[in-house]
Amino acid sequence: MFRYLKRNPSLAFGIFLMSILAVFLLIGTFRIDPEDARPLSAPALHPPSWDYPFGTDRQGRDLFAAMVVGTPLTLRIGFVAGILGVTIGTVLAFVAGFYRGIVDTAIRGIADIGLTVPGLLILIIIAVSVRGGLTVNQMALVVASLAWLNPTRTIRSQVLTLRERGYVEVARLSGMSGPEIIFFEMIPNLLPYLGATLVSAVSAAILASIGLEVLGLGPLEAPTLGMTLYWVNFNAAIINGWWWWWTAPIVIIVIVFLGLFFMTVGLDEIANPRLRRSI
Amino acid sequence: MNALEVRGLRVSFEHPLGLVRAVDDVSFNLAPRERFGLVGESGSGKSTMALAIMRMIRPPGHIDGGDVLLGDGNLSDLSGEAMRRARLAGIAMVPQGSMNALNPVMRVGDQVADAMRDHGVQPSDIAALMARVGLPSGTVDKYPHELSGGMKQRVCIAIAICLRPTVIIADEPTSALDVVVQRQVMRTLADVQQDLGAAILLIGHDMGLMAQFVDRLGVMYAGRLVEVAPIAEIVRRPRHPYTELLIASLPSMEQKEPPRGIPGLAPLLRDLPSGCAFHPRCPKAEGRCVTERPEPREVAGGVVVRCHFA
Amino acid sequence: MTAPLLQADRVGRTYGGGLLSGTPNVALDNFSMSNGTGTPSVTAVVGESGSGKTTLARLLLGLTTPTSGTVRYRGEDIGRLSGAARRSYRTDIQAIFQDPYGVFNPFYRVDHVLTTPVRKFRLAASRAEARALIEQALRTVGLRPEEILGRYPHQLSGGQRQRTMVARALLLKPKIIIADEPVSMVDASLRATILGSLRRLTDELGISILYITHDLATAWQVSDNIIVMYRASAVEAGRAEEVVKSPAHPYTRLLVGSIPQVSLTRDWLAAEPDAPRAEDRDAACRFAGRCSSAMDVCRVQVPPLSRIGPCHAAACHLYGQHAQLAAEDLNDVLA
Repeated sequence: MFRYLKRNPSLAFGIFLMSILAVFLLIGTFRIDPEDARPLSAPALHPPSWDYPFGTDRQGRDLFAAMVVGTPLTLRIGFVAGILGVTIGTVLAFVAGFYRGIVDTAIRGIADIGLTVPGLLILIIIAVSVRGGLTVNQMALVVASLAWLNPTRTIRSQVLTLRERGYVEVARLSGMSGPEIIFFEMIPNLLPYLGATLVSAVSAAILASIGLEVLGLGPLEAPTLGMTLYWVNFNAAIINGWWWWWTAPIVIIVIVFLGLFFMTVGLDEIANPRLRRSI
Repeated sequence: MNALEVRGLRVSFEHPLGLVRAVDDVSFNLAPRERFGLVGESGSGKSTMALAIMRMIRPPGHIDGGDVLLGDGNLSDLSGEAMRRARLAGIAMVPQGSMNALNPVMRVGDQVADAMRDHGVQPSDIAALMARVGLPSGTVDKYPHELSGGMKQRVCIAIAICLRPTVIIADEPTSALDVVVQRQVMRTLADVQQDLGAAILLIGHDMGLMAQFVDRLGVMYAGRLVEVAPIAEIVRRPRHPYTELLIASLPSMEQKEPPRGIPGLAPLLRDLPSGCAFHPRCPKAEGRCVTERPEPREVAGGVVVRCHFA
Repeated sequence: MTAPLLQADRVGRTYGGGLLSGTPNVALDNFSMSNGTGTPSVTAVVGESGSGKTTLARLLLGLTTPTSGTVRYRGEDIGRLSGAARRSYRTDIQAIFQDPYGVFNPFYRVDHVLTTPVRKFRLAASRAEARALIEQALRTVGLRPEEILGRYPHQLSGGQRQRTMVARALLLKPKIIIADEPVSMVDASLRATILGSLRRLTDELGISILYITHDLATAWQVSDNIIVMYRASAVEAGRAEEVVKSPAHPYTRLLVGSIPQVSLTRDWLAAEPDAPRAEDRDAACRFAGRCSSAMDVCRVQVPPLSRIGPCHAAACHLYGQHAQLAAEDLNDVLA
């Protein structure tokens, strides 16, 4: 495994970045009191100091605690939405791509129409319609509602290619049924591709959730990365010179996106042997 | 002066499981206007040799030693840029499967022009070039998918000859084509060669094709050249046991006899048998063959063999 | 009279031709033959790409459906088979494909391709029995089980992979094996060995083989009968000896003459160039454009299948004076 990582620098770098984040969160969980992430736990607007490594915000949150508590929440939204999206997408992609016919036309049509409509707009409408604000889990479901569109299309193309492979025909001659062929012959070969699609879907979901939160449509009590940025905007922290307030969440967001991006590139290289740089 | 001289060429690849010796001390010459064939099973190193001659081996492969002389110039001495200019202008190659490597979104005439422009030559008379390879007028404006396999292959030949090279390397130019088209393409190759006064290095695995096309033949096994001789000599009296078995395994159209194959498997290039690489499959093998690697010996006029029994 | 085991009954396959699909492409036209009756034999179907030979294989295996005619298994339309009859069809008719790499799922060891049919068709009662069956099949094709089982496809050579596929085909104890270009992607020196083992399957195990290839030389060496296809129909058929030694149809003659042989006479390159005449491309006889003996009648009338000998037929106007054979009765000239 390590030998392979030496030959796939993108994947290695991506994993490295995510590991930094993991270490930060791990150490952080032991060192903070989650209550400190709530407002009024610390004196307001202190720049970073020994007591408050990331400083504090206007509502009196210890930003270090807020990041340690909030980052997993953002990641959770991304993962839940990403996994849901890719799962639904995979099922639809296989049904459409393997069986073809009218089912294929229907699924493809819906996905195409869905992809044309601006996603953020739909998400905003959904978020605004939910009464009484959103919880983190509801947030994940909202984002998931659109996360399946792209995976359906891309995985379907892969299915169309795979079903022409010699081993699929041999499987048919060996007496395997359609679902068996899908599960046992095709999906194992798609795992790297599904992995890359999943990471990329998680990344897109995180972005969508941050987008909604910055607009103020996220879970108001949770100190997620997006909500922190919302409060940064709300309180004009940039103009007021409270640089520590927006530096921490942005650095973490950059690490998350870069990490996920490089992992996608790295997984893509596994999935598509033609991209490989060496044997 | 020979059109092409290969002296002691050695190419190896680094593999996690061991060093792969793809080309092991291979030497042969190509006289001007000569047709030289290189025959061997897959995995014998012949395509690697072609790439090595063109100096197109990339890591993890590298040329370990030996020289390649094109005319009177040593290709090993050339810089990267000089070698790039020598390719196509001095020595051209029609690689394996090249007909499937034509740019699908470009007209074939433009692809030939592209090759010429890349060498600083103004593209001219492309239609005449197409006619020379036997393609009907109007092919210049077609896309690759509009052409049949044989026609695409002839376009690749046109690209290879557009700058009038002195040596043409053709690596399995007809492997994907049926026999009728194969003959057409080989005829084209022969005509073009006569026209240019060039030498041809034909790489393949079909002994029948070699017998009918080349003047001299080299037989490769496990990265080594085991026999080089004029084709008439090889047909009349093959010296190396492998050459004999290769000829015998070809189905004849004259007599119906049970097909005879070569027992055993071709060796892995990273795990070669000691001594003579062919000894595990050789009907004549003896103790000496396991310990001692045969060196090339000239046993008759122009016949060089690597075998203890030749 | 019992129905033949496998029969192509006036089968045709056309691609496209619908509203949005452009000009129709006739891949196979009114082809009939049957297999699996009488003594087991090897029948070769020879043709270049585009001749319809692969389409025929796919139709007989049920991988594609015909646009006209029917493929029958024991008299029944294979599209309508279900349950036990379908399983029986799949057991009796097996296949070997051209690409010895693509037929293996790279995710699994090669064992997978052997254990799957054993499992699906319940050929063994226990794991041990299955293993014994598989090992025996491998030995029948000249492979050593310990060199094959437990390996991944990329660890085996092309020849080993292809022979493993033959072993797989044998597991089900089929009555017919359809081999679609089984040796074209294998080295010349290994072709003889693999074809030899196919021939032994017929001689020793009584399995009929339909050998689909573009290589007339190997077809002759290994088969009892040869059917020559050109552009979707059969142009010549009969005993292998007669088709190759006394080729009747101009296309067969062209094929025979185009094969380069290892001999001291070097006349192969010197033969007349074959320039297709564009104006005859849509003539009634599909070969007219390339035929040196084309007559006026060839352009307007589709050549009938003429019986030029008890085991020899050709679809050519040159033999119009002989007794004619209906396309459905092609089998009459096969041994």
